[in-house]
Amino acid sequence: MEGINAKYVSKKISKTRWRPVSSSSLQQPDIFATGSWDNEDNSISIWSIGENGVSIMDDEFEGDPQLVCEYKHNGDVLDLQFLDQDRIVTASSTGAVTIFQHHHNSQTLSVSQLWDRAHHYPCDNAPCTGVVCNSPEIVTVGEDGRIMLFRADQEGVLRTIEKADSSAIHAVTFLRTTEILTVNSIGQLKLWDFRQPGNEPSQILSLTGDRVPLHCVDRHPNQQHIVATGGQDGMLCIWDVRQGNMPFSLMEAHSAESKIFMEVVNSLKRQVDLQFKGFNSCFCCAHSVGGPFSSIKPRPPVLMLRGWITVALGDFFKFRHTILLKRWTEHKHNFSQRNSPSRWEPVPHQCLAHWGL
Amino acid sequence: MEEVDVEPTTTPIPGFDSNQKHLGFVWGPGDILVYETIYKASGGSAGGCPFVHEVRKDEDIYSPILRKLFNESHHIFVGLQRIREDMPSKNKKPQFVSISKNYRSVIRACMEELQQVAGIVSILLAVELIWNLCEVLFIDAAPAGSLVLHLLDWVRLHKADVDEKAREVLASESPAEHQAYWDVVISYVLQGRMDEARQVLVKQAALQPAARAMFKLLDNLLMKMPIFNPGETQTLTEFDVKWRHWREEVDRCLQDQSFASNPHLEDICKILVGDEDVLLEHKELLSTWYHFLVTRLLFSHPTVKPTELHYYAQSSMHMFLDTRSVPEPLDSILLAAFEFDIHQVIKDCSIALNNWWFVGHLTDLLDHCKLLQSHNLHFGSNLREFLLLEYASGLFTHHSLWQLAVDYFDHCPEFGRVYLELQIERVPLDTERKALKVIRICEQRQMTEQVRSICKIMAKKALRNNRLGSALSWSIRAKDAAFATLISERFLQDYCANGTFSDLDLIDNLGPAMLLSDRLTFLGKYREFHRLYGEKRFLDAAKLLLSLMTAKIAPRSFWMTLLTDALPLLEQIEVIFSADQTHELMFCLEELTSEKSVPNPDRPMQDEDIETTKIELLRLALARNLAMAIVKEGTVEV
Repeated sequence: MEGINAKYVSKKISKTRWRPVSSSSLQQPDIFATGSWDNEDNSISIWSIGENGVSIMDDEFEGDPQLVCEYKHNGDVLDLQFLDQDRIVTASSTGAVTIFQHHHNSQTLSVSQLWDRAHHYPCDNAPCTGVVCNSPEIVTVGEDGRIMLFRADQEGVLRTIEKADSSAIHAVTFLRTTEILTVNSIGQLKLWDFRQPGNEPSQILSLTGDRVPLHCVDRHPNQQHIVATGGQDGMLCIWDVRQGNMPFSLMEAHSAESKIFMEVVNSLKRQVDLQFKGFNSCFCCAHSVGGPFSSIKPRPPVLMLRGWITVALGDFFKFRHTILLKRWTEHKHNFSQRNSPSRWEPVPHQCLAHWGL
Repeated sequence: MEEVDVEPTTTPIPGFDSNQKHLGFVWGPGDILVYETIYKASGGSAGGCPFVHEVRKDEDIYSPILRKLFNESHHIFVGLQRIREDMPSKNKKPQFVSISKNYRSVIRACMEELQQVAGIVSILLAVELIWNLCEVLFIDAAPAGSLVLHLLDWVRLHKADVDEKAREVLASESPAEHQAYWDVVISYVLQGRMDEARQVLVKQAALQPAARAMFKLLDNLLMKMPIFNPGETQTLTEFDVKWRHWREEVDRCLQDQSFASNPHLEDICKILVGDEDVLLEHKELLSTWYHFLVTRLLFSHPTVKPTELHYYAQSSMHMFLDTRSVPEPLDSILLAAFEFDIHQVIKDCSIALNNWWFVGHLTDLLDHCKLLQSHNLHFGSNLREFLLLEYASGLFTHHSLWQLAVDYFDHCPEFGRVYLELQIERVPLDTERKALKVIRICEQRQMTEQVRSICKIMAKKALRNNRLGSALSWSIRAKDAAFATLISERFLQDYCANGTFSDLDLIDNLGPAMLLSDRLTFLGKYREFHRLYGEKRFLDAAKLLLSLMTAKIAPRSFWMTLLTDALPLLEQIEVIFSADQTHELMFCLEELTSEKSVPNPDRPMQDEDIETTKIELLRLALARNLAMAIVKEGTVEV
């Protein structure tokens, strides 16, 4: 298990996100943000690895992540996204959606905008469970079954889809710029199109049978109609939203008790061209799913494929309070031949940021 | 009732006058709630304290740095439980020793981070000292010969300032003239580190070429001091003989007054023969009675047996400490350890520390080494389980560390499960994510009652917030038929009031869960009827509608609505209901109207009118449909 660093932070961390790097630069991201949950005082923190301004070019990563700044957060941080280089949006268990501003010169965080009780019940707070942005638009979903559309820098709500779901919505992702996909706790995938008025989803997909809660969703980096969802029972399903309402691939990624959270980081999205072959998944997730990237169209060896991958795996509760950084590099010699499938080494703990699951 | 070992400490409650009022209290999981009662001593003042106070003994679990200690030790604990029972015990001992070392390294790591907070650091130092001694005496169970060596290591580990002083002295311009020079040399000798002592002595020797012979003699003596090597084939008796020879040699040098000219060297020589008075002269260098004990053993009884240890321990303590000073808790704990009285050690530690962390883990480890006699306590479980249960219960009160406690309960065979069942229901559930996590823990342990209870809590919460769909899916998960019936009733009422169904995404996809309760089945099937109607599959819709009534799935109160729903089907141009079906519908209508034959004087006239009109319309439609159906069925295609 080379190249894994662990740092103990004394808090349960729910999400980590890399700060997006500008598309023109070939640098890898070196700043990431974390949000904590299930603590008495929760906070969001910004960490840095490596010196600012020095690119990390060598293979091995040395040193712990350093805490740059921290800010108190009301309620658990249930989701976290970078809106742009300086701003972070968080979804809170109190139902609030907050935009934090990271001031680079003073290395501090401050609240730039707050929509309090964006998600709410008539008498209680409803946790806001997911947030996704396409700057400047922000879409949030919550346990109250609402989908809210905000715009950064605008006070009010742009659009609310009331009663979007009868149960709690767990995660959301953008399919196209005007379409989103949500998953809920009765095992349904719903497609919403913002161009259409009304509160009805344009499509509902579900796995018939038990209504197993779905916890996370993400789409294929390049093929927008392919999405993957992770469920409570540890099943990873790959769906094609254009056809049918059944997943075309099911994988048992974990033992029944764990959950899967997965995301593919931006840099990887840009640089890797992925193909499907049967059951081989293109997403990095649990180690028990065969060789994750089993078929990759090789690139010319000049462009080195590297990616920082953020994955949280419910199974790794033992790393509950640590942030692990794993650099996943490819072995250059695998790319010597064109058209030969190269394999990423399935590394046991491909868990980049792990947090109290 | 047992006698109390120590006087309990009193904690004053602010704003409470104990002379005038009585205090009421109630126990919580880790704390006490106290409040002022209305009892008034005669002539007492009227004013009272309106507050309820929460009194908590253990503040440590809320310290963020100690969290690391709890987490890491939990990891080690779980690993220890998994050591297989069937391994032969001689393989297990090194494993236990390494686990003990793991625990200690976690404590040390915590201490390093806690540099600033002085109070906890000293407690952790003491804790690590005690643990190390327990490891040496109980777990490693060093026999005579290596016992002294292990004890020397123990002392050296906890007296690290010698190296610092030595570095300071050696780094100075003229080490031999440094004021702490001789302190360093003597400290090294007291700790049995002869090589380092010799290296430092060389500096002095260089300065006094006239006394070279003397230094050479001492150097020789130091070099030749026999150290027992357990790995070699040398037996204890051989070592003893060698050691006695060496000691006689040192004694001879003393008698010959070889070191008379240099009082420091003479002191060192006297120490080497184990002269206790000289040792006591260097009290500040020794600083603790147990250092004195180990040094004394090194130079007087290096082959001491574990069973003889306590004589020397007691005498050392008495010699070293003033008779006036009260022994500190740490001293009595260490003394109990030297006496090999494990239970006393655990008991004293429990009293001295305010957290069960140390005693719980230590007892667990000692229990695994089969060192604790398994006598049952009054409470029905053995000592190990009792302490672990106390520790885990304390953890459960923490908003975040409760997850660790679950594993501890798992490994308490007698009462762990019961404790867990009681505690897990009391974890506050703010978000669905947390509720799912708790449910998963319960499901893993087949605690179905608790799963049901938690699902019901979530269902009630959803119901309170008018989230019927969410409430229904939680009650389906809890397999709670009664609640599902209640919620289905609400759905149906909403339908009657609004004319449409809400939460269609759930009701349309109930699947086999529909069968949980009759009302729920009806709801699902009724919705299916609407769907079929919407898709213009009238024949299927008609059949379903009829079966809802004839199979008695629909509640009586809803029959009128169902019949009214049948009206448009009856009014269609083509015949949908067959003659038999129409007869059955008529039968249902008759059943319904016969019950309503008694006019209700409370109901307003308009309602009665509407009802009669509806019934008349239905009768008409049914009759017409019957006629058409008979004709259609009787027609023979020619």
